[in-house]
Amino acid sequence: MGLFDLFSGLKTFAHGIHPPYHKDTADKPIRRLPFPAQLVLPLDQHIGKPAIPLVKKGQEVVRGEPIAKADGAFSVPLHAPATGRVRGIELMPTPKGPKSDAIVIDVYEGSTQEVLWKQPREMSELSPAEAIQAIQETGMVGLGGAAFPSHLKLTIPEDKTVDTLVINGCECEPYLTCDHRVMLEHPQALMRGIRYAMRATGTTQAIIGVEDNKMDAVEILRNHLPKGGAIKVEAVETKYPQGSEKMLIKSVLNREVPAGGLPADVGVVVNNVGTLAGLGRLLPEGEGLIERVITVAGPGIVKPGNYLVPLGTPIRHILEQVGYEGSRTEFILGGPMMGPAVSAMDTPITKGTSGLLVLNEPSIEEESHKIWPCIRCARCVKACPMHLNPSILGQMAAKRKYEEMAEDYHLNDCFECGCCSYVCPSNIPLVQYFRIAKAINREQVA
Amino acid sequence: MDIEIVLNVSSAILFMGVLGLLLSSLLAFANKKLWVFEDPRIDEVESLLPATNCGACGSAGCRPFAEALIEGKVAPALCTVSSADNITEIADYLGVDSGDVVKRVARLACAGGSHVARMRAHYDGLASCRAAAVVSGGPKGCTWGCLGLADCAEVCEFDAITMDKHGLPVVESAKCTACEDCVEVCPKGLFSIQPVDHRLWVACKNLEHGDTAENDCEVACTACERCAKDSPEGLITIDDNLAVIDYSKNGLASRVATERCPTGAIVWLDDDRGVIKGTQAKRIIRKEALPI
Repeated sequence: MGLFDLFSGLKTFAHGIHPPYHKDTADKPIRRLPFPAQLVLPLDQHIGKPAIPLVKKGQEVVRGEPIAKADGAFSVPLHAPATGRVRGIELMPTPKGPKSDAIVIDVYEGSTQEVLWKQPREMSELSPAEAIQAIQETGMVGLGGAAFPSHLKLTIPEDKTVDTLVINGCECEPYLTCDHRVMLEHPQALMRGIRYAMRATGTTQAIIGVEDNKMDAVEILRNHLPKGGAIKVEAVETKYPQGSEKMLIKSVLNREVPAGGLPADVGVVVNNVGTLAGLGRLLPEGEGLIERVITVAGPGIVKPGNYLVPLGTPIRHILEQVGYEGSRTEFILGGPMMGPAVSAMDTPITKGTSGLLVLNEPSIEEESHKIWPCIRCARCVKACPMHLNPSILGQMAAKRKYEEMAEDYHLNDCFECGCCSYVCPSNIPLVQYFRIAKAINREQVA
Repeated sequence: MDIEIVLNVSSAILFMGVLGLLLSSLLAFANKKLWVFEDPRIDEVESLLPATNCGACGSAGCRPFAEALIEGKVAPALCTVSSADNITEIADYLGVDSGDVVKRVARLACAGGSHVARMRAHYDGLASCRAAAVVSGGPKGCTWGCLGLADCAEVCEFDAITMDKHGLPVVESAKCTACEDCVEVCPKGLFSIQPVDHRLWVACKNLEHGDTAENDCEVACTACERCAKDSPEGLITIDDNLAVIDYSKNGLASRVATERCPTGAIVWLDDDRGVIKGTQAKRIIRKEALPI
């Protein structure tokens, strides 16, 4: 913590970086996009087991109807985002990489925006276990990007107790403003979602952490807080990666999650604002997750903004609607720091996609691709929010000592935020090395 | 004063000397008591082995292999890295038959070079297949295909893999020791170790059907099933839109299976003539890379 932070009184964590934020779409209200002609819904949009399809080729589905069921506890169901006919279950490109099985729906022209399939329920009558069950039925996953099933996140392991629900409204990635808009436009749904989550987890207090570049959201949320003071809104320093759950816990509660541990180890459960606002809306209505807010931005976009898009919309359709310029452009799903670049225009928006960025390539090409030797300046060490040593890890990766990296240098605590690569003056692709190392270690285990 | 120094020094020397004597006698005793007989031939055979410790023989390294040789568990020819002369020398030394082992080589299950396989995007990152594969599966249209960034050529300790002008790795059979390093490094899992007498070969891993597969790559297996129908029952099956050869029936394999393949995805590998496609396979005359 620097001297300045002490005086400013803002809560924060140690290390991290300050990239240019480009939050130009923060004043753009959420707008709906029309349905595309075809929706592509991969069965493995979430972390865990892929869903099992319930529909077959040629079947008609209505907006909101379940089309795939959860495969056990470590999975979530899928719902049809539009009324149409199932074209089949085909191999389609996904943001994750290899093509995987997806339900493809031909959307009827004039398909209604009204959700035609719902099972309203009275949330106050449900026990915590039933509430968890209801959350799984909505198909909700972490909308911040990780796409981890929400019902699993809100299930507290039996040997642990949690006292605090932390709600992540940081949105520390540059460009993205969808969570910001959700906080501004749907504070009631968010408060409802927080209440459901507190009841399901048995927590007694909730803290919404919002970066201080979104003071308008802080104010609106404070105006909507229920009486009793169980829910607080806390402004935290604008710094990347403030929105990582471990950093946010450190900032708002000054608790440190042990290496290799989970937030539950320090009595905390963390959820994204988008996720809880979604639950607040979907749970009482008994609907499934069929659409989400994404930020479409970047220098190549004609009409940047925050758009409500049906899941499964191919990025080609979104780009046609908002317009984009440039022949050689880079498309990124999510934020520029952690989001994956996509290599196919047919790639659909999935539950974990928080944004679509279009960056013109020349900005990248002007810079040299040459990698220089490490000069031991330790900027990466100073930037790493997990207090790892990216410099040593990078040298070990070059020697392919992947197992040693994991065993002796805590590689698995790296959550790939990319701060190290961002600050490296020698242009060493550190986080890229670590992603390769982790991928190889995962393969060795499997 | 002087005497004190002399006493101090001499007592130190005396103490160290006695200690040294004690410990050295302990070592001498342990040397006799704990001595284990080790076959001197192991050292001898090990010195004849190539000392690459590549593991291609199935042993953990050259010394365990030498031990296995002495015990008669394996035949010298199992070491695929040694030259024929070396193997004869080991066999003569041990007085055993050098053994007959079919040579095994690494093979790539992809023929989609840049002149036949379409790229769907430019990849501008770290020049490594692994790195490209984590960015939404890589820039290639066919997400199962070779990314051509030469991780395998780099990892090969025997310089057996070179990249051809279309960006595909080519394995030089004579140099390949079947050590499996390339098998492990390929993020798409395209390499496998095959005996050279597995001559019928499907050079494709694309799991898509018909035109969808062919749109991405002109030499993809389209799952048309002609090879399966033309072959003896059970030799070739179509599994997940891909022709799969049952090598337990390798004796039945013949060039007939390749004849009617429309894309030339299934090929016959000849020692002298190289890769032989069927007569009905489309001719690829293009040399330059396909546009993106």
